Amino acid sequence: IETVALMSNSGTSTSGTLSTTGLTGDEDREAAYFKLEMLGYRVGMGLTEKATRDRPRFADNLEIVKFICKDFWLAVFNKQIDNLKTNHRGIYVLTDNNFRWFSRMSANSATETAQLAFPHAAFPCGLIRGALSALGVASVVIAEVSNTPQCTFQIKFRT
Amino acid sequence: IWKNRTDKINAELFTLTYGSLVAQLVKDYEDYAEVNTQLDKMGYNIGTRLIEDFIAKSGLTKCGSFVETADVISKIGFKMYLGITPTITNISQDQKEFSLILEDNPLAEFVELPEDAVRDGLWYSNVLCGVLRGALEMVLLQVECNFVADVLRGDEVTEIRVRLVKVLDEEVPAADE
Repeated sequence: IETVALMSNSGTSTSGTLSTTGLTGDEDREAAYFKLEMLGYRVGMGLTEKATRDRPRFADNLEIVKFICKDFWLAVFNKQIDNLKTNHRGIYVLTDNNFRWFSRMSANSATETAQLAFPHAAFPCGLIRGALSALGVASVVIAEVSNTPQCTFQIKFRT
Repeated sequence: IWKNRTDKINAELFTLTYGSLVAQLVKDYEDYAEVNTQLDKMGYNIGTRLIEDFIAKSGLTKCGSFVETADVISKIGFKMYLGITPTITNISQDQKEFSLILEDNPLAEFVELPEDAVRDGLWYSNVLCGVLRGALEMVLLQVECNFVADVLRGDEVTEIRVRLVKVLDEEVPAADE
């Protein structure tokens, strides 16, 4: 139950509204999450700008997301995204079954590990959002951490 | 798993991440001197942990002299973590001070400092000083460490000055920040 609460928490902060509805005392954590996400955004944007300088324009959004899953993830985390799902209406779900930053994390229980690992997903969420932004698409990226070292990133394109 | 295989990370990712970290600090503190302090503090906390990894990976034992320590820092430490080998120069008469000249600085790649940052004394790579200070403290060497020149500020070279304050006593528990 706790993990779920944390998830909805992240949802509000990544969408940039930074609302604290229903969650008291988490403002600092949320502010920190937002800051880390912004750091990631900057880095993702810079990296993508450099990486795509000499390549032709992407045909469509799916191609862009594929670029993130393959080239971008490979450059940053030395592996590709393991699974990509989409509803073809602007939502993409990227699953990394062995997310590098989580690979050596552990706590007393699986739930606790997931909870403690979650803040570490802020930066990569920003990375993705920044990369997409550099390629001309505005998006909202939300991470979901339930059983580490797996991590899923949900991308929602803003139209 | 225990082989001496260090996972490498993308240099651009590293550089850009450090860059946005510094930028964020500048934004948060609005004071370059304070940014220097914070970077040093962060470095210190990295250093106190990094030394363990360093000793485990390098398998090195005690250095015979501070000059030898300098050599190890440059040829093994910097090499291992940043892939560069700074030059050791200006060793003082009493052999308690030396300078590290960084020909390349991976942290400062793509970096240009705004004029006011130069004027108000931002040492962009100050985290390195903290790392050295923290790491050396863990092996009982209390040092003072600071940048004296940086190409980012228009200097000819990038130079870190390290001065041995004293060799700490084995018993004294190290303070944690």
